[in-house]
Amino acid sequence: MARKLIVDGVDIEVEDGTTLMHACEAAGAEIPRFCYHERLSIAGNCRMCLVEVEGSPKPIASCAMLVNDLPPNRDGSPKKVFTTSKVARKAREGVMEFLLLNHPLDCPICDQGGECDLQDQAMAFGVGGSRYEENKRAVEDKYIGPLIKTVMTRCIHCTRCVRYMTEIAGVEELGLIGRGEDAEITTYLEKGILTEMSANAVDLCPVGALTHRPWAHNARPWELKKTESVDVMDAVGSAIRVDTRGREVMRILPRNNDAVNEEWISDKTRHVVDGLKTQRLDRPYVRRNGRLVPATWAEALDAVAQRLKSTIPAKIGAIAGDLAGAEEMFALKELMAGLGVANLDCRQAGEALDPALGRASYLFNSTIEGIEAADEIMIIGANPRLEAPVLNARIRKRARQGGLLVGVIGEAVDLGYAYNHLGVSPAALQQFIEHAPAAKERPMFIIGAGSLARPDGAAILGLAAKAAQALGVLKDGWNGFNILHTAAARVAGLDLGFVPGAKGLTAAQMASGGVDVLFNLGADEIDIAPGAFVIYQGSHGDRGAHRADVILPGAAYTEKSATYVNTEGRAQQTVRAVFPPGEAREDWTILRALSAEIGRALPFDTLEQLRAKLYAAVPQLAALNTVTPADAGAIAALAKQAGAVRDEPMRTSVQDFYLTNPIARASQVMAELSALRHASTKMLSAAE
Amino acid sequence: MLADADRIFTNLYGFHDSGLKAAMKRGQWDGTKLLIDQGHDWIINEVKQSGLRGRGGAGFPTGLKWSFMPKADPRPSYLVINADESEPGSCKDREILRNDPQLLIEGALLASFAMRAHTCYIYLRGEYIREREALQRAVDEAYAAKLIGKNNIHGWDFDLYLHHGAGAYICGEETALLESLEGKKGQPRLKPPFPANVGLYGAPTTINNVESIAVVPDILRRGAKWFEALGKPNNSGTKLFQISGHVNKPCVVEEEMGIPLRQLIEEHAGGVRGGWNNLMAVIPGGSSVPLVPEELCQDLTMDFDALLKVKSGLGTAALIVMDKSTDIVRAIARISYFYKHESCGQCTPCREGTGWMWRVLERMAEGRAEKREIDLLFDVTKQVEGHTICALGDAAAWPVQGLIRHFRGEIEKRIDTYHSGHKQAAE
Repeated sequence: MARKLIVDGVDIEVEDGTTLMHACEAAGAEIPRFCYHERLSIAGNCRMCLVEVEGSPKPIASCAMLVNDLPPNRDGSPKKVFTTSKVARKAREGVMEFLLLNHPLDCPICDQGGECDLQDQAMAFGVGGSRYEENKRAVEDKYIGPLIKTVMTRCIHCTRCVRYMTEIAGVEELGLIGRGEDAEITTYLEKGILTEMSANAVDLCPVGALTHRPWAHNARPWELKKTESVDVMDAVGSAIRVDTRGREVMRILPRNNDAVNEEWISDKTRHVVDGLKTQRLDRPYVRRNGRLVPATWAEALDAVAQRLKSTIPAKIGAIAGDLAGAEEMFALKELMAGLGVANLDCRQAGEALDPALGRASYLFNSTIEGIEAADEIMIIGANPRLEAPVLNARIRKRARQGGLLVGVIGEAVDLGYAYNHLGVSPAALQQFIEHAPAAKERPMFIIGAGSLARPDGAAILGLAAKAAQALGVLKDGWNGFNILHTAAARVAGLDLGFVPGAKGLTAAQMASGGVDVLFNLGADEIDIAPGAFVIYQGSHGDRGAHRADVILPGAAYTEKSATYVNTEGRAQQTVRAVFPPGEAREDWTILRALSAEIGRALPFDTLEQLRAKLYAAVPQLAALNTVTPADAGAIAALAKQAGAVRDEPMRTSVQDFYLTNPIARASQVMAELSALRHASTKMLSAAE
Repeated sequence: MLADADRIFTNLYGFHDSGLKAAMKRGQWDGTKLLIDQGHDWIINEVKQSGLRGRGGAGFPTGLKWSFMPKADPRPSYLVINADESEPGSCKDREILRNDPQLLIEGALLASFAMRAHTCYIYLRGEYIREREALQRAVDEAYAAKLIGKNNIHGWDFDLYLHHGAGAYICGEETALLESLEGKKGQPRLKPPFPANVGLYGAPTTINNVESIAVVPDILRRGAKWFEALGKPNNSGTKLFQISGHVNKPCVVEEEMGIPLRQLIEEHAGGVRGGWNNLMAVIPGGSSVPLVPEELCQDLTMDFDALLKVKSGLGTAALIVMDKSTDIVRAIARISYFYKHESCGQCTPCREGTGWMWRVLERMAEGRAEKREIDLLFDVTKQVEGHTICALGDAAAWPVQGLIRHFRGEIEKRIDTYHSGHKQAAE
């Protein structure tokens, strides 16, 4: 039912369930606020959003008042609301003065300066000075984790951080203790919060009480150039903003994308920044006499071309890693096709996913937003908390709404919500095959791609597909069969068909001596046996570079425009925020240069030309930021490969959340977090 | 003066046995079944017609409050009785809990039945240890006699639980009380939704003061007309007055509403220390209401409406009498400290404002302030009042407003004295 209101003389009609604050905003009024946040529960404690309402003796906190609770006047005329009247202004100025009583005037040394809600709103809605002549309160700083720097004297007790931690991150470790003006935000025992999403609390802090410890005093927001891009730390593809100063990435912040990450990002996504500056490959290297020595591009490309030309195609192979963009994978695939090579693989861990079965067999078909529609979720061989923290937060959000049944097959770990543990081995899936269809409307399977990296992976996936069919996971208008990837590059690789061709070798076969020349496009999580001549193209001096005979320095995801397809099948493009360091180049240009060196020049000279070819080959990559539903028939094909599975526990592929890729492994912050996590789990197990 | 026959609390002073048998001899639990047989709506109507206004301080009509409870709701309904009597000056509920607990238990049954509640919680102030023991004894006796509990003789399944608070003043605020009862930190909730809609454990709940509930059995037994005839229109019935401070015989006494203040003090409390003319001011309703200076006390009657006219309030009818020896600024500064100490810290104006008011008052008590700060202080109280989630902000602001309204001269004199003293010292 629509409700009528008159806000500052403007007639508006809003739906039931709208808050007065949103009604006022719909009418064009600006309502200041500190404690209110769209994605958190309503606290109504800052009192900054007070407005005057006709017939009410007191001003009303507009964030907490629903329009349903404001009946029209006795004569039936709509209620008048005033946001700039004397009463409203006086209330607001009073609250502003109160907030500033005990807030230190240390803006010049505060990292929040320039993007501080208190600063902005004091300018817009406050009065010039303060009449308070007593001493200010001082509050001791708290240790609440390695990522969050606290200056608690600045705290205005809005409790956004408490609500975020409890409601979104799922750790009930932050709270407000004490009373009155002695109230303090703390973790009770000053224990650091080690969740994968802790740093978002800092973004929510409207003042400088919580700031990012790794960036402390690094830069001012107004001197940063902001580039909107996409994250590659996991397969979710969170929307990020890369802030740079000169040639340096200073920080990464989340952007809003309701379909993917809402406005949260994981700590890894955010604080991997220092990893972009260390261990970088900034010039080509060639191995001479067993040692990698710096070389020129000409020397390096020549060395590679000689090898490729002098080797028969059956003995050449290419593996694409977890961070490769679709463009370079496409270029590499074309290059290899030109040479007649069938040994291609983008599944370095050996996940039993086969694009030939159809796109639905390897996508998160119901989409991340679809989680909110689900009423039953079966998590199979995945730990979404580590594999995709932001996606896990979405499951938790759904679980908090009630009426959701969660089951887990695999490791019994703390996911932040309650679930039934149905077994550790894939054999537990068998019980569903004879099972009657679930009594739920929208059941969902989430299968960890990493747990399919075992010899019986295809059989497990088939079994899961069969169980899904039996349980009614596939319905008209609902495809609840979901693969959760962990690598940003994987779906694009599968879309491109970057998998072994006819009689081609898999990644494991290539790495264990199946080929003589191996082109390694940023695959750092695979062991390559001695013997083969390895060309490594990537951004960081990690495991892959150590094993290489020639190193071709590429660009990291902040340094190139590349297409990544997330686990849902959503194609998104990164945007170049800075240039690659030293002589490193954007990856597709390296491959293009190499192709010319071999004498089989690839048919594109610009990124646009490349993309035109790419889109012609794989049309779904052209549909940026959208998800095209895949044909669910692929699941039926999958079910046919069901077979005997081994009675072995299913494991997540992410054992150390903070160190999953070469950029993270180069980051000191990530290393510290990893060490802390290990220490705390050790302490926990010692205590048991 | 209230006739003995009209007294509800016949064992207020504990002169008689507080046990069930003795209580029944005094007429309690007499014909309760007959009252219940009259039906839910009859009880609510009787209470409405009696004109009973809530005895916890706000004076909201009790019958009307009960009628807000949904009649057909799948959720259970709850009655919660607020025995968190923490207002400085208030000490009436404890006398009921100690000496006349069966009145409260019978009232709880009747009120719960009227609101279709099968469960009632009594939330006791943390410091009320002995009171809890006494009440628990009485509850056990009532259970044993099948007066309450499952399958009791009244035909309405009814369970009564006591819950002990931890001693925070704010937990006397009804929604903070619910939070505390649920096991959370006692912080007031936002309203709406009101407890009658979303209360304890998200279910419809009514919260009443101990005295409001304890008078219900007598209202029903003797009839709404009897109760309404006592006192003044719109301020009917009897009330427990608590007189403390500079009187010769501090006491709790049941009297008719609207009794003249002077009569109350002189007849029941033995008069003001040093005679009526030695009176300086009275805080008529517990520490949260503005004080009333002597010149307004002469013809003042003790009821909601009369006290509102002098910009004060009946509150819990806890009179704090102050004679001319009182350092009135210091006294209000102490009250201000109490509210600063008890502010829950949830919302901004109260959290920050109570400390500010107290600090300025502390200086004013010494005279170490400027005269312009008096207006500043008044403005700060206005900045707190009405801007907070609960009424604690108002409660902290009102005493200060009362002081400035009536004793501005006293503050100014003190400031002058302080400054002249320092001027001399400097010369």
